[in-house]
Amino acid sequence: MTFISNLINGISLGSVYAIIALGYTMVYGIAKMLNFAHGDVIMVGAYISFCATTYLNLPPVVSVLLAMAVCTVLGVVIEGLAYKPLRKASSLAVLITAIGVSYFLQNVALLIWGSAPKTFSSIVPLDSIALFGGKLIITVESIVTVVACILIMILLTLFTKKTRMGKGMRAVSEDKDAAELMGINVNVSISVTFAIGSALAAIAGVLLCSAYPVLVPTTGSMPGIKAFTAAVFGGIGSIPGAMVGGILLGIIEIFSKSYISTALSDAIVFAVLIVVLLVKPTGILGKKIMEKV
Amino acid sequence: MVPVPSNAIIPERDIDKTPILETHHLGIDFGGLTAVDEFSLTVGRTEIAGLIGPNGAGKTTVFNLLTNVYQPTRGDIILDGRTTARKTAAQVSRMGIARTFQNIRLFSEMSVIDNVKVGLHNSINQSLAASITHLFGYGKSEKKSRDEALELLDFFNMADLAEHQAGSLPYGEQRRLEIARALATHPCIILLDEPAAGMNPSETTELMENIRRIRDNFHIAVMLIEHDMNLVMNICEGICVLDHGKVIAKGSPEEIKSNPAVIEAYLGRKKEAAEDAEG
Amino acid sequence: MKKTRKLNKFTLTNIKAYGIVILAFIILYPMQSAGLISNSISGQLVPICTYIVMAISLNLTVGFLGELSLGHAGFMSVGAFTGVITAICLQNAVPAPALRLLIAIIAGGIFAGIAGLVIGIPVLRLRGDYLAIVTLAFGEIIKNIINCLYVGVDASGLHISMTNADALGMVNGQLILNGPQGAVGITKMASLTAGVILILFTLFVVLNFVNSKTGRAVTAIRDNRIAAESVGIGVTRYKLTAFIISAALAGMAGALYAMNFSTIAAKKFDFNTSILILVFVVLGGMGNIVGSIIATALLYMLPELLRGVADYRMLVYAIVLIAVMLATNSEKAKQLWERTSFKLKNNKEKERGEG
Repeated sequence: MTFISNLINGISLGSVYAIIALGYTMVYGIAKMLNFAHGDVIMVGAYISFCATTYLNLPPVVSVLLAMAVCTVLGVVIEGLAYKPLRKASSLAVLITAIGVSYFLQNVALLIWGSAPKTFSSIVPLDSIALFGGKLIITVESIVTVVACILIMILLTLFTKKTRMGKGMRAVSEDKDAAELMGINVNVSISVTFAIGSALAAIAGVLLCSAYPVLVPTTGSMPGIKAFTAAVFGGIGSIPGAMVGGILLGIIEIFSKSYISTALSDAIVFAVLIVVLLVKPTGILGKKIMEKV
Repeated sequence: MVPVPSNAIIPERDIDKTPILETHHLGIDFGGLTAVDEFSLTVGRTEIAGLIGPNGAGKTTVFNLLTNVYQPTRGDIILDGRTTARKTAAQVSRMGIARTFQNIRLFSEMSVIDNVKVGLHNSINQSLAASITHLFGYGKSEKKSRDEALELLDFFNMADLAEHQAGSLPYGEQRRLEIARALATHPCIILLDEPAAGMNPSETTELMENIRRIRDNFHIAVMLIEHDMNLVMNICEGICVLDHGKVIAKGSPEEIKSNPAVIEAYLGRKKEAAEDAEG
Repeated sequence: MKKTRKLNKFTLTNIKAYGIVILAFIILYPMQSAGLISNSISGQLVPICTYIVMAISLNLTVGFLGELSLGHAGFMSVGAFTGVITAICLQNAVPAPALRLLIAIIAGGIFAGIAGLVIGIPVLRLRGDYLAIVTLAFGEIIKNIINCLYVGVDASGLHISMTNADALGMVNGQLILNGPQGAVGITKMASLTAGVILILFTLFVVLNFVNSKTGRAVTAIRDNRIAAESVGIGVTRYKLTAFIISAALAGMAGALYAMNFSTIAAKKFDFNTSILILVFVVLGGMGNIVGSIIATALLYMLPELLRGVADYRMLVYAIVLIAVMLATNSEKAKQLWERTSFKLKNNKEKERGEG
């Protein structure tokens, strides 16, 4: 039973990673940059939702929508102000800027909400489901998380495959210049990608804090880095890859926590990243990229 | 006298020596697409050889194969009697192949002379301990590298630019510096990828003169990719024509000029293009 | 005339770098001895020295090798704990504190250098963002492992355990490393003099290195890896050389840093510390050693000097980091720069023509 319960917890945590990983993978695919601040957008989303339910007494669903709206705007603004001017700069410069943005968000959150942890109340205030006479307990949060992850994955795949904007985004991630020549507005495509990624981050933030209800300004950074690991694991730029990588990573993390060592679980997750990058840098479902000489 | 394959392009004066570079049935596939196939060629010790062909024929891919930037899918490369299989690009350079790039690749943040000094890297004897302490023969090795670098820059009339930043040089001088840096590796063959691209007629004339001087002074082979037919026909002793990744002709400039397959490859392409434009 | 110019540039950087450090020492040392410096600032002098060493050594990786390392604090951590263990083990064997400190620093450097080798071999095969994220991962792994490490010493030698302090099975031993609590019972041996000597040593190594055959190879790889390979430079070897030197210097800084406190925990050397050092490097200018020194000293002292803005310290760092990157790397800013520098050059040439 512990095994199944761990598995469920792992899939649930992995689903959160998968939703965050989507933001990384889409942005990496289209803008060829590692948006280091993505994890902190999660944190902002969680705080917005927290404030909406605690101070404004809004219903949970409305608070999630509000968080999504704020994060969407935030994502687009960050892209426009900090990343757009650096389209042609070295990846080193872009990454340092992204780290700067990450720090900026954390410290603004610190000034607004303080360093004392906030207790996040779950968005689905229902009792856990007990099976097998209480031997196996499944929280409603984990069910909601997994369902949300699957829904998002389906919608996103449909969006990129069927809609005009989605096809344009795929074209830009294949070849920016060629897409531009075909009349696709590259800047708009990139902005939309950031908007979608940030909205997803808000959802992930709420789900993450529903399961692990301690909210501090650095809440997003570790899950963010792990989700990037998941994106790399699954193959960066691939939507199903993000899902596979996220869930696998979640399972690995929960299992190493319960069977090996709680203190070393992060180290194990990062060791996975290192092994994947060395053995198959393109990830499970990634494509090979050849350098032009 | 060494037997030389009948289809080789080796000039008369090199004929009694082993060739410096041979390739046998060289080929590479990119994800199922054959970019170069059955590429066999022989280059003499002090030959100026040309590699020509329409755009997208696979010329730069051949250079990348010769310098092991890409590992060939099939075939062998023999440099001065030794195979280059399973060597890294750096190792092949140390074996004696130097090259320039179509889109210039200088160390643009470094000074002109430092670019050449980097080219001299493997012939300068300076240990890590000397590098860190500036003792143990540091001064002597630095002086040697400086003198040799200046000598090479002087060969291209660039000694007065030694302290300028490489990236700030005008285009033509960047191309010359790239050749100087390649020569600094003491190669036995130098590959030039479109050395005349973007040059005006007088610069091209100077380049032709320089290519001949390189061969005569350093006694090395030169192989070049070029679209300027005037240059190719003027200085190349042997020419190889590539189309769709395959060799369609080899021979002296005269033979190439009158080869029907070559005319077809170039003019046929033009005709198609003209038709496309009309349609 | 040309010949002397290059020499001058190198000597000029040397004079500036060594000069600033020695001058600062000449001013600060008597002030500290005479008690003219407040306790809070006096306590910051050794950390500043170590952070300067950290910034210079990271600059070797970021500025000259051109690879972003986000795990530099990990090497500092390895050096710190190696140094502490060495110092405590040698307490009786080497009574002179200065010598013990020296040995501890050297041990810290060696172990961090080994860590640099072990980490560098896999990491340096990667490029760009992947390399950065893997260095981050290694930094976190180092932190996690040291957090689980229990080390003690008794008459029979060194005891190491990953479970808890009792598992060490010591007889009348001294506990050195107590898991998440970190190292305890350190004899404070670090001083401003030791810090300044370490900075001078770091300057000697790094400045010499970048002005040598090996250093040129490293810079060439940064500027154009494919071209560097094409002239016969084995990329991995030189990347690794620079990375190990950088790691070893960070380890030495770590050892000195630890000797300034009576206890120290692994969480001090986390990702935030790595970023802090990166901020110093970026603001001082990548590839600019003198800049690293000045930026570190100023930014470290800033919150001490302006007590009111202490809360905003990290926020200010973040804003400055973004602003500097945008100002030095965006298209518009570049065009602006080119126009100004072109004008300056023209003016200079005009002057030369007239003169």
